[in-house]
This record gives sequence, structure tokens and C-alpha cells, in this order.
Amino acid sequence: MHMADSMIVPAVAGTMYACSAAAAGVSVYKVRKENDPKKVPVMGVMGAFVFAAQMINFTIPGTGSSGHLCGGMMLSALLGPYAGFLTMIGVLLIQCLLFADGGLLALGCNIWNMAFYGCFIGALLIWKPMMSRGMNKAKIMGASVLGCILTLQLGAFSVTLETLASGVSELPFLTFLAAMQPIHLAIGLVEGLITGAVLSFVHEARPELLFCSKSGAEEGRFSFRQTLGSLAAVAVVIGGLLSLLASSYPDGLEWSMEKVAGTAELEATGQVYSTFASIQEATSLLPDYAFRGSESLLGTSVSGIVGVAVVAALCFLICHIFKFFGKKQSVHE
Amino acid sequence: MNKTERAIYEVDQLHMLAMRDQWVNRIHPLVKFVVTLLYLLAVVSFHKYDVAGLLGMMIYPMALFMLADLSFKECLRRLRFVLPLVFFMGIFNPLFDSNRIMLNGEAYSAGVLSMITLILKGCFCIFASYGLIATTTIEELCYALRLLHVPKALVNQFLLTYRYISLFLGEVHRATQAYLLRAPKQKGIRIRAWGPFVGQMLLRSIDRAGEVYESMALRGYRGEFYLQKRPGDPAEGAAGKTRGRGKDLLYLCIWAALILLFRLFPVVVWIGGLARGIF
Repeated sequence: MHMADSMIVPAVAGTMYACSAAAAGVSVYKVRKENDPKKVPVMGVMGAFVFAAQMINFTIPGTGSSGHLCGGMMLSALLGPYAGFLTMIGVLLIQCLLFADGGLLALGCNIWNMAFYGCFIGALLIWKPMMSRGMNKAKIMGASVLGCILTLQLGAFSVTLETLASGVSELPFLTFLAAMQPIHLAIGLVEGLITGAVLSFVHEARPELLFCSKSGAEEGRFSFRQTLGSLAAVAVVIGGLLSLLASSYPDGLEWSMEKVAGTAELEATGQVYSTFASIQEATSLLPDYAFRGSESLLGTSVSGIVGVAVVAALCFLICHIFKFFGKKQSVHE
Repeated sequence: MNKTERAIYEVDQLHMLAMRDQWVNRIHPLVKFVVTLLYLLAVVSFHKYDVAGLLGMMIYPMALFMLADLSFKECLRRLRFVLPLVFFMGIFNPLFDSNRIMLNGEAYSAGVLSMITLILKGCFCIFASYGLIATTTIEELCYALRLLHVPKALVNQFLLTYRYISLFLGEVHRATQAYLLRAPKQKGIRIRAWGPFVGQMLLRSIDRAGEVYESMALRGYRGEFYLQKRPGDPAEGAAGKTRGRGKDLLYLCIWAALILLFRLFPVVVWIGGLARGIF
């Protein structure tokens, strides 16, 4: 589910970075508030463990194929949602930088799609309420399966929205959604089962390690107000993303105008209109989510190819000259 | 080489590349990080039909690979994660975008052009990220992140995760190898065995985390990491890179100017037109 840089535009990347940064800010504040110096090394080691565990493939029965663990739900069930979220950011950053699994610019999207849902929705809305009245194997398995399915479905849905809002794919929304959701349903189910199996083993061996266990449980159930607040935040974010997506399609007014006038934009003439239009043109930094002048480059393919070759040759030559003088200088030193 | 061995090899390889004593490696990590981000932003902001303009952006990875003596072959391997998804996204563009675009008097499929730009963007972004990580150690990158005021908790956590990756990958490799030697012709580990198999490793890791913390505390750890000087670089080192240097500033200015120039103006087309006029 890791998104590459080429699948998004700067506006979407910036929005998702801001959303993920807000969640990270809350998590850092909460972890700091706990003031447990032991937590940072544990988070680091657990991050490395999850990263390494993702290398172990599991057999998908009856298919002959294999999959691997995602880890968000497991980390939050062990470390809690806030420390789990920060740990997942570390894992995703390493995957992005060291293994090119997901882009640096798309990191905000990937954190949101894979870490936010797994750690916040999975731990706070599923794990915590289910474990508030005691923990047992069936509950752990149920919470793991439900959590993994729900968080993967939300993650896959977000990938679809972010890609469509970026406008890089011509795939229709429903077709893309139909391709993404069912496959992640199957992955979520199997991942939930193995997460449940591992957490059940931990529960049997060392129950105190689990988030919301009796020894380390936080008091009280997940209140109605907290639930409502979390759902409202999710609704605002999803609403924001949907509005980004919707912006490329005609809205109700444009649709009505198209029906009545045959065009979505009416021609306006006069000094005032032209003055404001020129101001708007000058101040709009990223019209249509891209820099200006992109369209004007069409129709220049031959010059473009020749230009690319010349630039490549120049670049090659300059680099060699630079390296030659650099070596000469180091020999003199 | 299996998946775990390949991962261990890649981590070691990148560490060795980043530790080399080359002038690109000695550039301030924050400068390299900012240039990479600027490049990524410029690349992804190209219009989906602007193949010619996008091709001009190859100058940055090309120059970086040549100046830092990096292997394109090694980098191409890293495309294995990204290209399948990008191809999946792009392959439908020719089917759903059936518009024709006139280029030099000939009609081209708009869907094919957008597919090419999508793949090119994916490749260029990977090349640039690889160029950054192959010339900058994780410690230096963490230092750059701290200069950007990324919270200490997050940076420390990232640094620790990186430090323990090789250790855990080795452990996973040994455990998986032992399992697979007892289960020939089996692809992966059976779900039934996952609980005890991964669970045992998890418990060992948690115990190890406790030991790690105790040994760190004994060595004076109070929640802050201090970056080490790099071997063979006594004067500078990551910690000594706080001072702004002329070379770093020049590197930043040159690349920022070139990236913006190639992004905002059809430089490739101008040069191409000029070359055609001459020849």
C-alpha cells in the first residue's frame, strides 16, 4: 500500500504531511507527558522488530502465495497508540529511505494511510473499548481481526482518494475502489489472524506487556465524547480529501450552469473583470495543482528530445571536468 | 539471495556508500535534504503530458550519480517496490484517456504520454532519494531533521530503529532459515506457527530493549543523542557541520537555481531548437 512520489501532486502531499504532522505532534506531546525515558529505546527496538518481522512471509492457505505483516495494529497493542504511531513513522521512514518502498514526498500520505488508522483508529476505537472490561484470547483475536480489516480498508480508501485528488491516473473512482478494497479485505483478514495469534501468545506469556492490560490499564472506558470527537476528526479529514477530489469535477452550481447556459464559466468583459483576472493570474502559485506553462510545452517533441540529449551530454561533460579538477586538487593537497 | 539477506545487504551497502570520504558526502546534510525535497516537488508538479520538460529533470540524479560515483544498476534494483504500483496506475491511462494530442504535426495518445510521465516521475524520485541516502549517513540525516525542528522523540526513535535493524534482520534470517530447513518446499511460515514463532522473537526483543535501555543509562543516556564525528574527517564530522560553509551554500544555490530553471522554463526545448538550428 506504499504510495510512490509520482502518484501524488504537491498540494496533496502538503495536505497529508500537515495531517500526519498534527497526529505526530499530539503523539510526541503524549509520549513526553508520560516522561518515561525507558520508552524511547523500547520504541526503537520494537520498530526494528516490526521492520524485521515484515520480512517473514506467511503462507496464504489454498493459494500457494504468501504475504507479510503490516505492524501498525501490533505496535499500538503493545506500546499504545501514541508511542506506536511514532514507532510506525520511524519504520515507514526507513522503508522509504533505505528500501525505496514509498516516496519521501508521499511519506505524509503513507504515514496517514498505514500508521494513523492502525494506531489511532485500531487502538483507540477498537482495541481499547474491547479490552476495557478484561482481556481474553477471543477478544484479542476479535479486536485484531476487526482492527486490521477496518484500518486496511480505511488505508486503501485513502490511497484511492489521494491518487484521484492528484489526478495522475485516469482510472475511474469506482473502478479503482473496486480494485483496492476487496484485495485489502483479504489481506486484512489474514493479517488480523496472525496479529491475533502473536498477541494471544504474548497475552499467555506476558500479559502485562499489552496495552490496556489490568496491570498497566488506563482508568475508565472510552467515553462517548472521546468517540464523538475522534469520529468528527475523521469526518473532517475525509471531508477535506473528498472536497479536494470533488474540486476537479463540476459542482452543483457549475452543473446547473452547464445545463442552463451550455457552459460552466460565463464570459465576463470590462476593465474591472480584466484587472482582477490579471491579479488572480499573477498571484495563483499553482494553477490546476501545477506550475504555469506546462501545457505550452506540448507540440515540441523533436526539440525536446534533441534538447534532452544536449543537456545530458553537457551534464556529463561538466561532471567529468569537475571530477577531474577535484581529483587534481586532492592530489596537490 | 533471499528477502532477508537482500535487506541486510542493502542496509550495509548504503551505510558503506554514505561513509565514503567524497566531497558530495561532505556537503551539509541539511543542504542535501533541502535540495532533494525541492527536486521532488519540482518533478511531481510537472503536467501529466509534459514529457519533454520532465526529461530535463534528469540532470540532478545524473550529476549526483556521476559526482558521487554511485551505481545506477544498484539503484535500479530499488525500483522493484515502486514500479509495479506505478505501472498498475499508469497502464490504465491509455485505456481511459483516449484524447489525441498534436505534437509536431502528428497525433499522439494523451494516455500514453501521461503513462510515460508517471513512470518517469516515479524513477526520478527514487533516483533522487537514493542519491540522498547514499551520500548521507542516517546520523547526519537525523541531525538535519533536528535542525528542521523535528521533535527529538521522533528523531531518536528513528535513529534507534535504524541501529537495531541489522541485528533483528539477522535474527529473523536465522530463525526463518531454521524453520524452512525443517519444512522443505513450503512457501513462508504456516499461520498456525505464527503465534509462537513471532511471539518468541517479540518477547526476546522486549527483553533486549530493557537491556539496551539499562546499558544506555549506564553510559549516561538521559534522553539526548550526541552525533559522532566521522572517521577520517577529524575537523568536520556531522557534529561540526553546524557552521554554515560557503561550499554548502554554493551547492544549494546552484541546484536550487537549476531545478527552478528547468521547472519553470522549457530549457530542454530551447537547447534542442538551438542545436537543430546549428546542425
